[in-house]
Amino acid sequence: MSTVAEEAPAECLLEARDIRKAFPGVVALDGVSLKLRTHSVHALMGENGAGKSTLMKIIAGIYAPDEGELRLQGQAVRFASPREALQQGIAMIHQELNLLPSMSVAENVWIGREPLRFGLVNHRELRHHTRALLERLHIDLDPDAEVRRLSIAARQLVEIARALSYDSHLLIMDEPTSALTERDAERLFVIVRELRAEGKGILYITHRLEELTEIADEISVLRDGRYVGSGRPGELGRDEIIRMMVGRTLERIFPHEPGEPGDVALSLSHLTLPGHFYDVSFELRCGEILGLAGLVGCGRSKLAEAIFGLTPASGGEIRIDGQEVRIDSPRTSVAHGLGFVTEDRKETGCFLTLDVLENVAISVLSRDFVRIGFVRGPALRRACREMLQRLRVKTPDLNECIGNLSGGNQQKVLLGRWLLLGPRILILDEPTRGVDVGAKAEIHQLISRLVAQGMAVLMISSELPEILGMSDRVMVMHEGRVTGMLSREQADQVTIMDLAAR
Amino acid sequence: MPPAIAQHEVTNRPRARARRLPPEVSILLVLIGLALLFELLGWIFVKQSFLFNEQRLIVMILQVSVIGIIAVGVTQVIITAGIDLSSGSVVALTAMVAASLAQSSDAVRAVYPSLHDLPVILPVAAGLAVGALAGFANGALIAGTAIPPFIATLGMMVTARGLARWYTHGQPVSMLTDAYAAIGNGAVPVVIFLATALLFHIALRYTRYGKFTYAIGANTQAARVSGIRVGRHLILVYTLAGTLSGLAGVVTAARAESGQAGMGMMYELDAIAAAVIGGASLSGGVGRITGTVIGTLILGVVTSGFTFLRIDAYYQEIVKGGIIVAAVIADQYRHRAQRR
Repeated sequence: MSTVAEEAPAECLLEARDIRKAFPGVVALDGVSLKLRTHSVHALMGENGAGKSTLMKIIAGIYAPDEGELRLQGQAVRFASPREALQQGIAMIHQELNLLPSMSVAENVWIGREPLRFGLVNHRELRHHTRALLERLHIDLDPDAEVRRLSIAARQLVEIARALSYDSHLLIMDEPTSALTERDAERLFVIVRELRAEGKGILYITHRLEELTEIADEISVLRDGRYVGSGRPGELGRDEIIRMMVGRTLERIFPHEPGEPGDVALSLSHLTLPGHFYDVSFELRCGEILGLAGLVGCGRSKLAEAIFGLTPASGGEIRIDGQEVRIDSPRTSVAHGLGFVTEDRKETGCFLTLDVLENVAISVLSRDFVRIGFVRGPALRRACREMLQRLRVKTPDLNECIGNLSGGNQQKVLLGRWLLLGPRILILDEPTRGVDVGAKAEIHQLISRLVAQGMAVLMISSELPEILGMSDRVMVMHEGRVTGMLSREQADQVTIMDLAAR
Repeated sequence: MPPAIAQHEVTNRPRARARRLPPEVSILLVLIGLALLFELLGWIFVKQSFLFNEQRLIVMILQVSVIGIIAVGVTQVIITAGIDLSSGSVVALTAMVAASLAQSSDAVRAVYPSLHDLPVILPVAAGLAVGALAGFANGALIAGTAIPPFIATLGMMVTARGLARWYTHGQPVSMLTDAYAAIGNGAVPVVIFLATALLFHIALRYTRYGKFTYAIGANTQAARVSGIRVGRHLILVYTLAGTLSGLAGVVTAARAESGQAGMGMMYELDAIAAAVIGGASLSGGVGRITGTVIGTLILGVVTSGFTFLRIDAYYQEIVKGGIIVAAVIADQYRHRAQRR
């Protein structure tokens, strides 16, 4: 890796060498090297889970690398905390903004470093400093404005001002435009270009391919925790970049054999929830898996939540078996034969303080296994045990706390929760996220079996191999809109990425 | 005590069995330890046995029965990750209402001069109904407006106390019928407390109501996804807690043979303390009635132990405060140990 042609040392701001970082169960980064230069915007690309965020966090001192080193202007450095990285001139702007909404712009910029007088915050000086900083950056904001009243774009600018208030030389921006309108993004680019002209180095994470030609001086691509390659926007074409991002030649390791789809089970027409998704229409048939692909934040999870009634859509209609239905709560959708395995096991799936039995049984109790309010313990237990055996859940016994199970087994328990109800339509949001390879294959087989028996499945996934291997058809979303509906034959990684990234 | 439904296992592993002692065991040991400590101190300082005195034991449980009844309701609220600060005030309000309908004919009546010597069921039902209504208001407020339970029940705490004073313009209600006073006689409150505890122990462990209560506290969002009508269920839980506060009010008025607007002061905190000492977690999803009963008894042992040793009541409160904090710290350690 160190054989990469040496640039003039003055130019190189920060070098990451052979960085390796593993988390329990996954290697997030495996021998990644990267050089960031002054006067330059370096774009970092990659699919979800490619390791971009981990790399950024290592550079910003949030994580320590397991192996490899960071060299700042030629000197090896180790950051024990983000604070140390900041003191060395490396500032990070987080994707989910880290501002205090009830405080003013000035207070947010100087938080923890307020100018003091007699031990009290000197507000006049605070305002003065902030105004000077904002003027230097050509940011038009009132230092006294309360942050919660600002637009997302303006908050982004506050974050940038805060990052630069540390006199940083290197600015890390994590998908800064993902929540911005085109016009706000344009304004942001103007500021980024000015920073570049001042000599700052900028590490810029993005999913938007079209931004590259506009802003990037250099592009590097990561895939599955490894460094794939770099180039200048002029040298690397759009297709080239997509190929680098998706890379691997894909074998169809997933067992789903397309069968004969049956009647339409679920159909949406013009379903809309402003701010999340617009005008979504599709039909899902019995015995069919419809894959839903798109980048994180494209509205796919909100769409699933709307179909299931968690956050009902405001416009359009949902039909189940041809009948128009009004789904305003999970309870009504369950009554219509829907099941929903959510994306986040911890937040919206598991009851972590309860045992396996209670976790698998909770939904079916609304309908079965209860006589005059009393749970029919033995019968329920028998049914749950059968279900868990069918799903090959590994647990010492039914009274084990679910928190002690592996991710794959937890996921199977959540699947079992719905299967006990015998749903006809199942929505799966990232059904194998954070699940080990063996359990993953088992879950895929299980889904295939269910579909062969006539279940209709809507499957959301960030993993293209999973989408391609499992789906009969693939729907792609981008920024809340459906950008493509592909048949199994039409669907391939490049086409999907193209539709998803625009 | 293993639950009745724990007989069938996916795979029978003795290891898994042995590991799972009921969480109440540790708290039961604390109760026994405290009792033995007072026994020992008793022989040293007062030359008397603390435990081998039937009269003292009955008084000990009697003193905390009212707290215990409230704590049974509050435990359920805490399991849903909520809190009920209104219990003490609801005790006062329901004691007033029940007493006002339980007056005998020879009383100088503060309210309802024409209603006297009513059958005992009426004041009891009225007390329970008013308690249920207060609890329903708490629950509806929490479920309907999504304001934190702390705030909603704080509001009810002030409101119910105000209503209790307004009801008779601050005058106490006394001279109650013998039939009503009998509710507070002898060991009757103890029986009511234990019966209530048993009833809700069964409800929490063996009914759908119980399963949903735990699920909501463990993960509200997941409960909603699972098709549970979370709002409706919360209203039910708070209504039950209010009803139990009403029951506590009925018993309090019977024991005192009067209703006073200042009754039940700070009872809510003792009840919360009993639940928390008994292992209920304020972050929800965890807690059992058996633990709460033991927690209540611990409060009782400390109170009568100090009286028995003729130590000032001030010290009693200081020690009680320490026990509550120690229980929560121990609880946190247990949770951390579980997560490892």
